[in-house]
Amino acid sequence: MQVINAANLDYEAVNKALREADRECTIECCHGQRFIAAGMSDKNVTINGIPGNALGAYLNNAHITVKANAQDAVGDTMNEGKILIHGSIGDAAGYAMRGGKIYVQGNAGYRAGIHMKAYKEKIPVMIIGGCAGSFLGEYQAGGIIIVLGLDKDGKRIVGNFPCTGMHGGKMFLRGNCEEIRFPKQVTVRCAGPRDLTEIHEYLSEYCDNFGYSLDELLSAPFTVITPDSKNPYKQMYVAN
Amino acid sequence: MSIEFIYPEFEVIRNENRCIACRVCERQCANEVHSYDGEHKTMKCDESKCVNCQRCVSFCPSRALKIIKSDCTMRENANWSNDTMKEIYKQANSGGVLLSSMGNPAPLPVYWDKILINASQVTNPSIDPLREPMETRVYLGKKPQKVSRTEDGKLDCKLPPQLELSMPVMFSAMSYGSISYNAHKSLALAAGRLGILYNTGEGGLHEDFYCYGKNTIVQVASGRFGVHEDYLETGAAIEIKMGQGAKPGIGGHLPGEKIVGAVSRTRMIPEGSDAISPAPHHDIYSIEDLRQLVFSLKEATQYVKPVIVKVAAVHNIAAIASGIARSGADIIAIDGFRGGTGAAPTRIRDNVGIPIELALASVDQRLRDEGIRNNVSLVVGGSIRSAADVVKAIALGADACYMATAALLALGCHLCRTCQSGKCNWGIATQRPELVKRLNPETGSERLTNLMTAWNHEIKELMGGMGINSIEALRGNRLMLRGIGLTEKELEILGISHAGE
Amino acid sequence: MLVSLQLDEKEFVAGTVMKINAEMPGAHVFSSGKNMGAFKAVGFPEDVGVFYKLEKYEGYSWTAHGRYPTNTPGWWGGAHPFTLLDYSVVHNGEISSYDANRRFIEMFGYKCTLQTDTEVITYIMDYLLRVQGLTLGEAASVIAAPFWSTIAAKTDLEDQKKHTYLRTMFPSLLVTGPFSIVLGFNGGLMALNDRLKLRSMVVGEKDDKVFIASEEAAIRTMEPNAENIWSPGGGEPVIVKVKEGVF
Repeated sequence: MQVINAANLDYEAVNKALREADRECTIECCHGQRFIAAGMSDKNVTINGIPGNALGAYLNNAHITVKANAQDAVGDTMNEGKILIHGSIGDAAGYAMRGGKIYVQGNAGYRAGIHMKAYKEKIPVMIIGGCAGSFLGEYQAGGIIIVLGLDKDGKRIVGNFPCTGMHGGKMFLRGNCEEIRFPKQVTVRCAGPRDLTEIHEYLSEYCDNFGYSLDELLSAPFTVITPDSKNPYKQMYVAN
Repeated sequence: MSIEFIYPEFEVIRNENRCIACRVCERQCANEVHSYDGEHKTMKCDESKCVNCQRCVSFCPSRALKIIKSDCTMRENANWSNDTMKEIYKQANSGGVLLSSMGNPAPLPVYWDKILINASQVTNPSIDPLREPMETRVYLGKKPQKVSRTEDGKLDCKLPPQLELSMPVMFSAMSYGSISYNAHKSLALAAGRLGILYNTGEGGLHEDFYCYGKNTIVQVASGRFGVHEDYLETGAAIEIKMGQGAKPGIGGHLPGEKIVGAVSRTRMIPEGSDAISPAPHHDIYSIEDLRQLVFSLKEATQYVKPVIVKVAAVHNIAAIASGIARSGADIIAIDGFRGGTGAAPTRIRDNVGIPIELALASVDQRLRDEGIRNNVSLVVGGSIRSAADVVKAIALGADACYMATAALLALGCHLCRTCQSGKCNWGIATQRPELVKRLNPETGSERLTNLMTAWNHEIKELMGGMGINSIEALRGNRLMLRGIGLTEKELEILGISHAGE
Repeated sequence: MLVSLQLDEKEFVAGTVMKINAEMPGAHVFSSGKNMGAFKAVGFPEDVGVFYKLEKYEGYSWTAHGRYPTNTPGWWGGAHPFTLLDYSVVHNGEISSYDANRRFIEMFGYKCTLQTDTEVITYIMDYLLRVQGLTLGEAASVIAAPFWSTIAAKTDLEDQKKHTYLRTMFPSLLVTGPFSIVLGFNGGLMALNDRLKLRSMVVGEKDDKVFIASEEAAIRTMEPNAENIWSPGGGEPVIVKVKEGVF
């Protein structure tokens, strides 16, 4: 396994080293360098230290494992591949994500999964182990967002204004979510067996990745949120 | 009728002596204005559906049709016009936000028409463009601050990525989805033939058009539709759309009925879902964040292509452009408030933003005052209607112009301003297959090529008249311009003298 | 003398600062605190530190701000912090409510002379904390007031009443647009994001120190072993006060 020592390298140098590195590689002493692995497809990279903003932007089937927290805009406009974070992440993670997976062990900041998309069998998946900030799944147009609320210490599983402008995809929140206020244009219901089958594969993979028990995860009820309409703003306009 | 009735805006006048009831008008009208009365063997019409796109008039074989503006009028006054009253009725009927298409139609000043161009007489010679070399090629992109040399003393001729254009005009962004496959193909083919670029707009790029990549600007907007590594790799340049002149400060919204088939696949959202572009990029809340997006795109494409940042012309545009020039962008595109759109809330289209002429003049001056004009190229759009507008824009300080409405007109658009309905009879702003096929991409590209070739000749004629034989010598050459009927303040902002001075 | 003029000392200093800044061309008072200093320069942070001999100073709280000039060329006077008396403000972002805030606050003797939105936040904080006597948390609830819907959903009725009052009382001091600010005051620091949290902010701790930055990487540069890293929500103030009697 090739090792890239990122100490004192700027992001251009880190990415250059990464492009030239073997498929399997590790970045050591990562410290705030942005855009790591942007647009890359054929890497399996493990990062020690803290990667900077826009980690894995436009990611194209590379796999990234971060052994600590990550900052803002993780997986911005990601297309394929997987980002695994053994920590928490900042704001606007998975913005306009089109495919692939972002699995986070800890919490997510504001606007996670904003404007996620999907087309036919290409479905992006984001799983947040802890809690998510406000505006979770804003404008969500497709894909699956799951928040597990593990170790939430009495905190709410999501902040304010989840699902604003949601018009596609599905969101799953572990718990009954009675204290959460959702917008009018979505339907909130208790997840049934069929819903859970849909995410079983992802949860099981998540548990393998982070060493959780799937049975324990599934022991709590899940709430599922779907949009009522693919055209939430249709009635708002009149031709002039 | 009822309180909800609004008298149709247009009347269809059919000359019954000429009409042969061939039913061409009926077949040509997707709005279903015309119908055939079998019993009387005559044509009928429902004028309330007419948008005055002139399709039936153009195709009537016996010249039996004309469309006129209705003279049925309410009691207008200088404050309450017919249109203003009708808008109130429409909103009282529906509770809806008024939605319009194409550029701002309000009678606000068009500064291009109040600027006159110079010509040489006696003291310096004019040049005959038909027989002497006349250069309109431009390179868009960042120019380095300082010449550098290699170790052996030779010039290091490496430049930041540049876009080469045969003439200082490009087709500006119109998304696949808002316009048809055939319209996009016409633009791509014409751009290739002309040696200029067209712009994908924010809806991604159909896989059939990847082959035109070197003449394509790929756009990244807040909805990020169709944005992925291959798309970014394909374009000659990447444009970050922050705003649009027709609707500064708000996002885009392509209704679900246009998200069909390949549009859905290209945008990567399910068929029938609305394509919503948020007002902001949710990863850009400040100039530092813009820098982050600029460099994430550069990293992803390894610094080989220029990044354009497109913004709408708004009050603080000079400061905004100055910020963009420092953000790592190679090119700034500014879109004025008369720019077109497939759909915009009427109030935004007609009341938000400023004219491109003033925006351009103040941005160019600000960047020069700060010594950073060379850091970026400036491209301006927002109703460039002719070669004269292009020449005036270059002389005010632009490197090149973006134009789109004129390109649509070349393709057959009659500016009926109902793009939002998706029933474009000219096959442009529609996704209905039977309408799309009315636009032949070969014909379309030929007409676009004709238009641009004609403009380029006119640009050269105007340049030659000024004694200028290279477009670089015109850029920012404001002495070549004079204002007519403008106030001191307007002249000051435009940085030009009044005619006669 | 101040007593004979029936003037409060702080009021007098603030008024003098405003007078100099507004009326004396070329002169600006950038620091007017008793227990606070501001150092501004154009250059790399390490050089600025050497230039001002920062190693010779001791302090219980420090704020540093590398300015990315948003829309203007860099100028040393435009560098953060902006200060008045013992308040200092550093700020990331751009305030869309600037002129509404400015025209309101200028009724109370403040003069915004530097054409920068950070300056107005400094004066708002001085007005709310010193003149109006609000607590830090209350002042935060004025400038980053929750949405009415959020206020309406509060189950703590006392809290709801407080927020309704503050928002109704000081509508012109609601600051909108992206911001993250760090306010320095006599005895500590307060960090605050705008209510939509359009700027990033991270907080970390180590022993008796608290670190606040816009990126975790910055905190780890200062303290590689920082603990309890977390991101405060929009409008949620982080108030750090040093132990009583230390300063």
